[in-house]
Amino acid sequence: MTYSVQIKDLDLHFGAVKVLQGLNLNISEGEFIVLLGSSGCGKSTLLNCVAGLLEPTDGQIFIKGNNVTWEEPSKRGIGMVFQSYALYPQMTVRGNMSFGLKNAKVPKAEIETRVNRAAEILQITHLLDRKPSALSGGQRQRVAIGRALVRDVDVFLFDEPLSNLDAKLRADLRVELKRLHNQLKNTMIYVTHDQVEAMTLADRIAIMKGGVIMQLGSPDEIYNRPQNRYVADFIGSPSMNFLDGEYRNGTFVKGDLSIPVQGYAFATQPVEGGAITVGIRPEHIVTGPLVASAPYRTTTTVDLVEPMGSDTLVWAKIAGEPFRIRMDGQATVAVGDTLEIGIDPSRASVFDAKSEERL
Amino acid sequence: MLEASKMVDRTVDAMSGPRGKKPKKALSGRNIMIYGILLMVSLYYILPLWVMVMTSLKGMPEIRMGNIFAPPVEITFEPWVKAWSSACTGLNCDGLSRGFWNSVQILIPSVFLSIAIASVNGYALVNWKFKGSELFFTILIFGSFIPYQIMLYPIVIMLRELGLYGKLGGLVLVHSVFGMPILTLLFRNYFTSVPEELFKAARVDGAGFWGIYFRIMLPMSLPIFVVAVILQVTGIWNDFLFGVVFTKPSIYPMTVQLNNIVNSVQGVKEYNVNMAATMLTGLVPLVIYFISGKLFVRGIAAGAVKG
Repeated sequence: MTYSVQIKDLDLHFGAVKVLQGLNLNISEGEFIVLLGSSGCGKSTLLNCVAGLLEPTDGQIFIKGNNVTWEEPSKRGIGMVFQSYALYPQMTVRGNMSFGLKNAKVPKAEIETRVNRAAEILQITHLLDRKPSALSGGQRQRVAIGRALVRDVDVFLFDEPLSNLDAKLRADLRVELKRLHNQLKNTMIYVTHDQVEAMTLADRIAIMKGGVIMQLGSPDEIYNRPQNRYVADFIGSPSMNFLDGEYRNGTFVKGDLSIPVQGYAFATQPVEGGAITVGIRPEHIVTGPLVASAPYRTTTTVDLVEPMGSDTLVWAKIAGEPFRIRMDGQATVAVGDTLEIGIDPSRASVFDAKSEERL
Repeated sequence: MLEASKMVDRTVDAMSGPRGKKPKKALSGRNIMIYGILLMVSLYYILPLWVMVMTSLKGMPEIRMGNIFAPPVEITFEPWVKAWSSACTGLNCDGLSRGFWNSVQILIPSVFLSIAIASVNGYALVNWKFKGSELFFTILIFGSFIPYQIMLYPIVIMLRELGLYGKLGGLVLVHSVFGMPILTLLFRNYFTSVPEELFKAARVDGAGFWGIYFRIMLPMSLPIFVVAVILQVTGIWNDFLFGVVFTKPSIYPMTVQLNNIVNSVQGVKEYNVNMAATMLTGLVPLVIYFISGKLFVRGIAAGAVKG
């Protein structure tokens, strides 16, 4: 099987700093891959390597089965969209979109058709004769996408394309991007630090840290079955609650707290008496009438309440550790209240405390 | 009851208190100080120019009467005409006009050449870093701290070997080389402020070294080019040292010729002609400043100051 993009043992060092280390990634035809990670994790660097804007120290990059490791960016069959739009300020929108085609010596009539078609897809036909300075942020980003679109490439690369937009516009363009992908069916590699973008857009998410991929999987896998504590902590907002304790006879024990974890599907059975970490998402903790049906029940005192409209975040303490509980936005809860909560261990994640890998 | 009404009064007072912009006095001590100093400083700077213009419009008898600040009783443009077309320097008596055309012939190719090379230098140093590019840049910057006098003699030899000594071409070469450090620094700093993503986008779009330079960078950097033109025009036009060392009398630039007119020992000191000649010589940089002043400021603000 030939992959659309194949990255093999990619290393990139800046002097002594190892930005990417032995990175492997296979991306299928038409797949939407999101590279997600905090800043400095190497996600943009990886994208720049695929684009050919950075030279890897070692390793290979294949696009459509061709080894493009030494190829010029323009010869790789990629289109790229940048965070700052990077539109050529002195050219009109039409000039911006046709610049690449002119460089490739595409006939004039062909350029005309392609630009018009791309403009129609992105609904920017009425803006074609304007300069970028006369456009709004959202329109500029659309033009930047159009510039990649006209080149009829196999792979689209997005480098945090929505980060410069305000929250509402970001949500709108996110939906549009998803629609565009459904329509075009091109391979897309998308770099972001916004987990909502990652969850909503991706077929598969690669979570990166320190130049290596921590987990590669569908949004569902990443969210529900994080492979290690880093991923579990990184994804989800508010983030997961972690309790460090011991495994004893099918039970998680921490001080006088003991939660039965028989319901949990262990990939590898923990050692008796071994140190484990249980991770529970704030939204997986039930309150109110649902508590009765939960396998594990306890009570706690409310320390702090953060109402967020759609839901309410409650801070409490369990076995001395701060604990976040996500409640319905309509819930009436005040500081000092005693709260009855229920936990379903089958929805939790259990990690080896030492290796931080999922058990 | 009484208490309550008092309280009401107080709230009304509070509401009718200061509101909106605070009024400012036009004739405050602060303003007098600022405008007074500004006025004095501008007078100080304008006075020499005033004296020069007035003197150049007077005949010699009137000048001998003193009163250098007084406007001319009888306006005459003869000194200007003489300075331009018939003042004597050595054996030649065709005024400054010869020097003017020499300077133009030196100026245009030097400005063009130095800016063309320096802008490409700056662009390459920012966007196409090569091994040792930082070292190269450091050496170049170091060059701008070396006093010119140290290099005069070696350059004379170099020009002689190249067969350019005493020719306009030689002077053009020297001006281009000496403009390189400061101009490269100027362009490098400007191009650093151009977002890197723009350059990356152009590469993805298939533009090469020259394609990006001419189609992307050049159209974006008009302000800095104006700054460079002004720097070079003033610098090269006002240059005296290189002009006098590397040329010969028939191709002396205007500044050298001006010096020869003003400093001639024989005959009467024609102050009016000297003043006119000096102003004629200073006219070109002045005109450039007036034409492009706004762009100059914009260019300086845009890139030259940023590190």
